[in-house]
Amino acid sequence: MNDAADLVVRALGAIASSADLASLDAVRVHWLGKKGELTAALKSLGTLPESERPAAGQAINAAKVRVQNALEERRVELERRQVERELIAGRIDVTLPGRGEERGGLHPVTQARLRIEALFARAGFELAVGPEIEDDFHNFEALNIPANHPARALHDTFYFPDGRLLRTHTSPVQIRAMLARGAPLAVIAPGRVYRCDHDLTHAPMFHQLEGLAVGENVSFANLKAVLHGFLGAFFERDLAMRLRPSYFPFTEPSAEVDISCIFCAGAGCRTCKHTGWLEIAGCGMVHPNVLRASGVDAERYTGYAFGAGIDRLAMLRYGVSDLRLFFENDLRFLRQFRAF
Amino acid sequence: MKLSYAWLKEWVDVPWDASELGSRLTMAGFELEGIVTGAEDSILELNITPNRGDAMSVLGLAREVAALSGKALTGPAPRPVATDLADAFPIKVDEPAACPTFCGRVIRGVDNQAPSPVWLTARLQSADVRSVNPTVDVTNFVLLELGQPMHAYDLSTLSGEIRVRYAHPAERLQLLDARTVDLSDDMLVIADRDAAVGLAGIMGGARTAVATSTRDVFLEVAYFSPAAIQGRARRFGLHTDASQHYERGVDPTLQLRAMERASSLLIEVAGGRAGPVTRVHSGAHQPKRGAVGLRRAQLARLLGTSIDPAAVKAALIALQMSVREVPAGWEVTPPPHRFDITIEADLIEEVARMVGFEAIAERAGESVQQFARLPRERAPEASILEVMSARGYQEAITYAFVDPQLQQRLFPERSGLVLANPIASDLSVMRLSLWPGLLRAAAENRRRQQERVRLIEHAVCFAVGDGAALEVDMLAGIACGERLPEQWGVPRDERAQVDFFDVKADLEILLAGTGTEDAFTFEAAQQSCLHPGRAARLLREARPIGWLGELHPEIARELDFTYPPILFELAFYDALRVAPVAYAEVSRFPMVRRDLAVVVGDDVSLSALRERVTLSSSSLLRQCRVFDVYRGPGLETGTKSIALGLIFQDFSRTLTDEDVDQNVASIVAGLRVSLNAKIRE
Repeated sequence: MNDAADLVVRALGAIASSADLASLDAVRVHWLGKKGELTAALKSLGTLPESERPAAGQAINAAKVRVQNALEERRVELERRQVERELIAGRIDVTLPGRGEERGGLHPVTQARLRIEALFARAGFELAVGPEIEDDFHNFEALNIPANHPARALHDTFYFPDGRLLRTHTSPVQIRAMLARGAPLAVIAPGRVYRCDHDLTHAPMFHQLEGLAVGENVSFANLKAVLHGFLGAFFERDLAMRLRPSYFPFTEPSAEVDISCIFCAGAGCRTCKHTGWLEIAGCGMVHPNVLRASGVDAERYTGYAFGAGIDRLAMLRYGVSDLRLFFENDLRFLRQFRAF
Repeated sequence: MKLSYAWLKEWVDVPWDASELGSRLTMAGFELEGIVTGAEDSILELNITPNRGDAMSVLGLAREVAALSGKALTGPAPRPVATDLADAFPIKVDEPAACPTFCGRVIRGVDNQAPSPVWLTARLQSADVRSVNPTVDVTNFVLLELGQPMHAYDLSTLSGEIRVRYAHPAERLQLLDARTVDLSDDMLVIADRDAAVGLAGIMGGARTAVATSTRDVFLEVAYFSPAAIQGRARRFGLHTDASQHYERGVDPTLQLRAMERASSLLIEVAGGRAGPVTRVHSGAHQPKRGAVGLRRAQLARLLGTSIDPAAVKAALIALQMSVREVPAGWEVTPPPHRFDITIEADLIEEVARMVGFEAIAERAGESVQQFARLPRERAPEASILEVMSARGYQEAITYAFVDPQLQQRLFPERSGLVLANPIASDLSVMRLSLWPGLLRAAAENRRRQQERVRLIEHAVCFAVGDGAALEVDMLAGIACGERLPEQWGVPRDERAQVDFFDVKADLEILLAGTGTEDAFTFEAAQQSCLHPGRAARLLREARPIGWLGELHPEIARELDFTYPPILFELAFYDALRVAPVAYAEVSRFPMVRRDLAVVVGDDVSLSALRERVTLSSSSLLRQCRVFDVYRGPGLETGTKSIALGLIFQDFSRTLTDEDVDQNVASIVAGLRVSLNAKIRE
């Protein structure tokens, strides 16, 4: 049966030399098609003597299976090569930038404020708000700052012709919160405030955070714990904190809050003017006159209050040295704060 | 104030060096703001809070240092001068309530020509006070040392008497600084027989001032009530050392001592002979120092720690308070120089200050966990800002006061609240809208070569209504420059300027976050600062909640924009309040889509078309999408073709072609009748 063996050798040779799926298909037709050589060999079995037929048939069938297998193998191989070629052709430059919109971002002062709100919410403080145009009562009188009080000179107040004013601090929200909710309560009030002042460290509009807790046994020791806890959480590190006696008409005792400088860890640097400390907030125990002006029983309840500059907290967190940058809205500045 | 370390040493044996002294004073409430160390002396710059007028002197700080260190107060012994003259200039106090004590003395034969000795000018210099002439220098020295303001008059210029009275109506006075001021009848003045010669406790007058030629002087040392002085200097833009002391409170028992101190110094440095001191004193009007109770329990409660009773008593005594023990605690009478101790809390502060705030340990407050409801009506600010950030907007913070001209140009029919004392004329009116601030910020960014600007701001605006100011939280934005940031792969024709619909898409995505996107409608409307054909009022359930539009081209030109920016503004809470989601069932049956090209008049809005489609169809119509709007060849002028994708679906069965055909036919018929629409084949 040299014929069959010969056919197989020739067929396998043709299969191996087919370069693509189309020529492979032509090879298939040539050997296995209706008029293919192997098909013809099968058909020619009838011309053989009866005794040779089974052996010849077997041989040709075996040849056909070998050729079919070889065709299939080659097809898989050629398809694989085809895919490979397509993949190579479809390669892209993954270093090209993505298309579409670019990301904007939140203002750093807003980010600091939202962070503060989230931290105090975890500690159980509710959010309180008040108007930005205030009257003399809420901004001064009720806060124990009567007319002609020397502290008024420090406030550089913006006035309207009718005597109303732009609030100089968020402290009037203390009064409004106590009048609206009564004791006990724990609130924070972040907001815009205004002073008639403009230089490297002062803007005519800026942001303050007010905190107030009133209860039957709210103490100075509690105030220290809350402030230290908040400042550590805000700056995400262990900080030394100290309270220095100071004066605010609406608290007694009153204190300034210093933290160990976050840039030099207290060693002394330019930011902390080589003192190792950064002044960060004012605080104290709510003055009984303020409690009374807010309808709270000043014998039964005590309270603490604190105030800090949100802009200042943001400046320290982001290392911004000029407050005015926050209000210039320069995109080259703002874009730096796109992170969540 | 500036404090000379060497001078302080004359008054108390300071056990610390200057730097340690600065730290101790800082922790006692007198913040060290700077220290200048020289060869012979160190000058400490201290911040004295307004409640502690008594500490604004060498004596005052020496008292504090004595209390803090336990050292005795020393200081020059009071030494009355010999009275060689019989002269006593007459003094009349018409207003004893405002001036409970007034001391005067004549000193004749002073040599005011020679310069003051170096030791005296050096002391003055330590406090940045310049030397004028020996008489004035001595009065300034006594103020710095004892905290008692004084005034010296040229005796030869005074006529008849000294009178303490309120100013007459329309009275005028030329001050030492040569300014002439108009007085009102609540201004306390020192006058002679003819006219006012000085603003009491604030500044003397020019006519009676001591000059180098002065030989005979009249010295004034008075105690004026703080209430009679407070606020007066500020009316004239004045801020003098004397007024600062009197406003905060001067020791009412100090006048004779200060007079003797000044007299002896003056005679020492400039010679002269002194007459007797004339003292007009009203006992009934002296400030009262009543006893203030301090309860042990309240002390512990307010501070949150208990303090050894012996330490409490010692601290108060060290501060020259007189202390009487009572069952609940103590009865404490403050010394005459302390004006700031009137209630129990004031004493608690003094005790805390003396034991040191650091001695009070931090303690967490008693708290029982409680759930506060999330404010449901509030719009979630952080999410809103984050959505807009992802759409390319950068949040800005602009000033709440804006340029009145720009605001007037944008909103000619509205007026804003005007500040009485603005910081600058272009920041003098409260904003009615966030647009003036955002337009300015965008224009400034373009000047800084930032061509593509997208800004948002969330802040309060100030409307005027019914005489009251309404503060409304707004969210506003501005977009200008190209639709997309410069990038590869964007066909040239898509590199267009941002337009109305780009920003509308941003708003739609934001408003979808309220859970009620179907409640919002945009209707064509006019606003004078917007392009009349490219402006929309935004409504939520028929209630106006905002605006979207293109800046009027004329205003855009005036503000130097090459292309008009797109602006929007929403009432923050009304527009962005979130409605809780109510789940609606999803149909399990397939959707069927039919497309229709509807030709209508150019003036027919999509919302009118949609409304008709909805009215003419059954409830099987789920959605009516727009996938093309065409004007041009093939259509009559004045018409447009809108391509609609109609999506039908049922909840209970698969729709047949007949179901859908019926609906489409009914829609087509409806559009023909109501809008004279043609269906484009």
